[in-house]
Amino acid sequence: DAALATVGGASSSAGGDGGTPKPSVAVSAVAPAGAAPVPAAAPDAGAPHDRQTLLAVLQFLRQSNLREAEEALRREARLLEEAVAGSGAPGEADGAGGEAASVLLSRVTASVPGPAAPDPPGTGPSGPAAVSGSATGPAAPGKVGSVAVEDQPDVSAVLSAYNQQGDPTMYEEYYSGLKHFIECSLDCHRAELSQLFYPLFVHMYLELVYNQHENEAKSFFEKFHGDQECYYQDDLRVLSSLTKKEHMKGNETMLDFRTSKFVLRISRDSYQLLKRHLQEKQNNQIWNIVQEHLYIDIFDGMPRSKQQIDAMVGSLAGEAKREANKSKVFFGLLKEPEIEVPLDDEDEEGENEEGKPKKKKPRKDSIGSKSKKQDPNAPPQNRIPLPELKDSDKLDKIMNMKETTKRVRLGPDCLPSICFYTFLNAYQGLTAVDVTDDSSLIAGGFADSTVRVWSVTPKKLRSVKQAADLSLIDKESDDVLERIMDEKTASELKILYGHSGPVYGASFSPDRNYLLSSSEDGTVRLWSLQTFTCLVGYKGHNYPVWDTQFSPYGYYFVSGGHDRVARLWATDHYQPLRIFAGHLADVNCTRFHPNSNYVATGSADRTVRLWDVLNGNCVRIFTGHKGPIHSLTFSPNGRFLATGATDGRVLLWDIGHGLMVGELKGHTDTVCSLRFSRDGEILASGSMDNTVRLWDAVKAFEDLETDDFTTATGHINLPENSQELLLGTYMTKSTPVVHLHFTRRNLVLAAGAYSPQ
Amino acid sequence: MAEEKKLKLSNTVLPSESMKVVAESMGIAQIQEETCQLLTDEVSYRIKEIAQDALKFMHMGKRQKLTTSDIDYALKLKNVEPLYGFHAQEFIPFRFASGGGRELYFYEEKEVDLSDIINTPLPRVPLDVCLKAHWLSIEGCQPAIPENPPPAPKEQQKAEATEPLKSTKPGQEEDGPLKGKGQGATPADGKGKEKKAPPLLEGAPLRLKPRSIHELSVEQQLYYKEITEACVGSCEAKRAEALQSIATDPGLYQMLPRFSTFISEGVRVNVVQNNLALLIYLMRMVKALMDNPTLYLEKYVHELIPAVMTCIVSRQLCLRPDVDNHWALRDFAARLVAQICKHFSTTTNNIQSRITKTFTKSWVDEKTPWTTRYGSIAGLAELGHDVIKTLILPRLQQEGERIRGVLDGPVLSNIDRIGADHVQSLLLPRPTLTLSQAPQPGPRTPGLLKVPGSIALPVQTLVSARAAAPPQPSPPPTKFIVMSSSSSASSTQQVLSLSTSAPGSGSTTTSPVTTTVPSVQPIVKLVSTATTTPPSTAPSGPGSVQKYIVVSLPPTGEGKGGPTSHPSPAPPPSSAPSPLGSSTLCGGKQEAGDSPPPAPGTPKANGSQPPGSGSPQPAP
Repeated sequence: DAALATVGGASSSAGGDGGTPKPSVAVSAVAPAGAAPVPAAAPDAGAPHDRQTLLAVLQFLRQSNLREAEEALRREARLLEEAVAGSGAPGEADGAGGEAASVLLSRVTASVPGPAAPDPPGTGPSGPAAVSGSATGPAAPGKVGSVAVEDQPDVSAVLSAYNQQGDPTMYEEYYSGLKHFIECSLDCHRAELSQLFYPLFVHMYLELVYNQHENEAKSFFEKFHGDQECYYQDDLRVLSSLTKKEHMKGNETMLDFRTSKFVLRISRDSYQLLKRHLQEKQNNQIWNIVQEHLYIDIFDGMPRSKQQIDAMVGSLAGEAKREANKSKVFFGLLKEPEIEVPLDDEDEEGENEEGKPKKKKPRKDSIGSKSKKQDPNAPPQNRIPLPELKDSDKLDKIMNMKETTKRVRLGPDCLPSICFYTFLNAYQGLTAVDVTDDSSLIAGGFADSTVRVWSVTPKKLRSVKQAADLSLIDKESDDVLERIMDEKTASELKILYGHSGPVYGASFSPDRNYLLSSSEDGTVRLWSLQTFTCLVGYKGHNYPVWDTQFSPYGYYFVSGGHDRVARLWATDHYQPLRIFAGHLADVNCTRFHPNSNYVATGSADRTVRLWDVLNGNCVRIFTGHKGPIHSLTFSPNGRFLATGATDGRVLLWDIGHGLMVGELKGHTDTVCSLRFSRDGEILASGSMDNTVRLWDAVKAFEDLETDDFTTATGHINLPENSQELLLGTYMTKSTPVVHLHFTRRNLVLAAGAYSPQ
Repeated sequence: MAEEKKLKLSNTVLPSESMKVVAESMGIAQIQEETCQLLTDEVSYRIKEIAQDALKFMHMGKRQKLTTSDIDYALKLKNVEPLYGFHAQEFIPFRFASGGGRELYFYEEKEVDLSDIINTPLPRVPLDVCLKAHWLSIEGCQPAIPENPPPAPKEQQKAEATEPLKSTKPGQEEDGPLKGKGQGATPADGKGKEKKAPPLLEGAPLRLKPRSIHELSVEQQLYYKEITEACVGSCEAKRAEALQSIATDPGLYQMLPRFSTFISEGVRVNVVQNNLALLIYLMRMVKALMDNPTLYLEKYVHELIPAVMTCIVSRQLCLRPDVDNHWALRDFAARLVAQICKHFSTTTNNIQSRITKTFTKSWVDEKTPWTTRYGSIAGLAELGHDVIKTLILPRLQQEGERIRGVLDGPVLSNIDRIGADHVQSLLLPRPTLTLSQAPQPGPRTPGLLKVPGSIALPVQTLVSARAAAPPQPSPPPTKFIVMSSSSSASSTQQVLSLSTSAPGSGSTTTSPVTTTVPSVQPIVKLVSTATTTPPSTAPSGPGSVQKYIVVSLPPTGEGKGGPTSHPSPAPPPSSAPSPLGSSTLCGGKQEAGDSPPPAPGTPKANGSQPPGSGSPQPAP
């Protein structure tokens, strides 16, 4: 419950002098004015409580015949931007919410939805105590993110939180006072407290801008932006262009700052130190910000070191709260269905060109022991309904197992060969690549809206015959599957036309009958690889869809895009089954967990989230990347996740414990593709810096200290030198590595478009 | 990405004049200053916003370069209609103009004649996207094929050569590729060992570069065998192909040590056996290696320089020194050494000064055979103006005496005579480019040597166009040495006289010069171009203030005897480098140069060779 000692608790303890909305008056002086309802916090908590609550209140008012109040509230609800907290007088707030029929309403409406939220409307206006006491605060911001984008009134409400202000000229003084204090504090606290700089800087700046102190804002920015950590520079760049109140409406980055509480993890000692200091100095401006815009996750024990902190920070909204990563995740693999493998025909490998569906799951004998008995960490077999295995799937599984026996066992002394597929003459721009699990087909998505499918085996691509011709076929014959194909259409390349914008994502279905593509035009399209036509266009994302991927069991697929949500679809539903909302910026990449029960998304807000397909909950939030995340991959055993970002680093995560377990440095540009070998021994990464690198995944994961302490606190100590994990670097000739794939025999296939300089 | 980079914030906003211009163009006159200001703020902000969105599309499009379509998509996100007509990938259609204190960009719209367009042939149909597979790596080792980049770029080879420790330092971003590449190129088993070594020294400030065994793959071994056989084989076509391969193939880095040893050993053996042809082939290999833009030879110059030097100054390079044209080899090798100096000489390795010293020493020595003497001079002459000015010119007279001694003296040996003859032809250079704009004096091309009047002046030209000159002893019949002085006031500039009969100032030679060739009368004239022109045409003079002393030698009867002419300083050597001065200079340098032991990379064999003790051997 240390987590509870957060804003909620903090604000109640500090309620005496807390956030009263008096303009330009030393705020602390007003403290006795009443059991202050922390007005600024109210809209924060309140705004998200959607209009349903509001409607309920209105209905209640109408029933109670409180016409005036109802009207006032109604007016307010429309024009929340006028939430004139400025005129202050917080004392009146109590009780006003419900029954008071006076004009006072207009001043306090901001707080109405707050108290009303936790309770039925009737008991709602029980007083401001509900605000500070309720633990709903922390839970809210997640929703705000998605709601706020669409809802203009809410945006205004959000902004109005900045309405309270101190003397603009004092801001610099406040900030440098705090800076001085932190820099003079003990070493062990300094690193932790330094985390405050960035969020405080941002909020103070936004406050100045909002209150139209342009010049003060400018000089404040000039003076202190140099102090901020370098990994925030992208955000700072956005901030620096934002100099007017009008700009704040509709600026997503700004909304992100405002609608989500910035999460800091600080040890209790450091926190006490800070609190004491702020109280001594009567530094209410800062104290208010700390209370209203920050979520301080306090833990007991040793303060963290600078390295430990640096490893975890960097995301748009601070670190993940610890309890965000506490829930149980079934990261084990599902049991493979029993399939009789005919042992005698091992030598007919020439046949493997035939019909082989594929599964992305790790092989039984490769992963070893867990094939027969149920993995204790695995989800129940029917946790989510999975499609039945078809005959062709079984055939493919058999093929797969046969291949598995011939797989090269990789290791530091036995590196895989890499076959590079270069797309030549791709002047329009190659934006996505996928390879089937059996490595027989390659699909490329291009910026000219086309999707092209190549066969890389001697077997050409054929479509089925026209209906009239099909009717002539003898359906009883053994080779009916052969006969339905139209030989005249055989070619190595098929082009799929349909999108109206660059194709940013492509994914083959496991049975190789379908291909998904996602595009700038906001649609995901499902193509048949039997007829090479488009079957469905899934509309839902109204903005560019950056990535899409089929579930390893087929049927389901996930997509993520500029609208900041990832969606789970089933191929036979034209609407999404789940919407995973919570990211504060674009969802750049989406991947299914090998057991298909979870989906991981990487986002431009520099976090990775893991979502439960069953209930749509976010079960893991991983922070630590310093740039937008562009690639994701699960280890074949489902335990680990590797993510790559624009900063060129690859981070490794333990899903079960919710911990960062490794950092691989070496790439000098965006890591576009990541893939584990079939047995999980090697991690291959491909990047915009035109290299493929191979990493020793076994060694990276072997000495994990997953003792209780680490698990409980989330404090991690990363190995110093990731160079020792680097097994090889292979330069291409000015060809960014867009996709990587391990064949069933552990040969690496890489793909990218040659871009002449 | 930009970890260390300080955030550079651009607070640039559009100038408010732009707003006025736009407003005017839309028919709104008299827009208020305040309005302009607000507009610029707003417009600048929106533009930045769109640019940031456009960047997103660039990243997702897996590109490093922003295109106009990215901006279109960003506009589309904001529900703004994109700008049509700006889809050029590479080309920004704006042109810049300035004038009258104003700068502006405009959109160039040319008038095009429709018929021109109709009549232009259709462009080639662009090729469609296609897929090509190649091996990026085979079991951890990157094959050197054209589809892959050269295994180690030249900068990296240089970095490894100059700062070997740097590339092993861990944890630095830029070193990642270095190390990785090195590993990628070594065979897999070597790599395993290599990896284990470093941790022992972890934390030590200096880390030793792990020793690695460079094994050549089977393909490389085959290639090496083929190439070396072709290079020294008898088939000229094959050799040309092999040399071409050495000069252009990017993947030879791994084999460089082998090539270097091959050449150095080859020279050593073939000098002893006086196999001129093979020596020439080997020098051509050196040349090809030097020409390869992807190779950085510095680590191997210590092997190559002795080999090349040997081919310059060795006493005997062929079985029949009187017949074979080993002079061409010396010339060729001399140019190679000059090229090496140019590329690899630094203040730390002092290649050039060490080579210079070696040449000078063997030249100065009285007992040096004529072949070596020729090589030394040829080598020096290639090293540039300064070397020529300070080392060759002062010794011209002395050398002249010596040549005369041989040519005119009692016949000692035919070989000496030929040697002397070549030295002479070397010292009497052939047509110059500087004066080529002037009418060529004489029917046959004379050699012109132009020397500045004062030492302070840079040598304007000293062109020894030996490349074009035939190595055979066919000295041109007429020679000029022109000395120009830029100051017309001092008529007593040094005069270089080429004279067979001139009374050498202080020349105590005993050779009976005058008796042998009485018909060879040098014409010595002090020419002031402003007033007269030399009788035999001569340079019509680039500047009127310059004065020339033209020394012309009438053609002699036979080529073999040759024109007996030596340069010797004119009586009053006022400001010219006097033989004394320069010889002391040389001597001083030599002494200083002798004391330090030869460092690796110097031609030790040559430097330490006792005078006249036969052909220098390359250092192993």
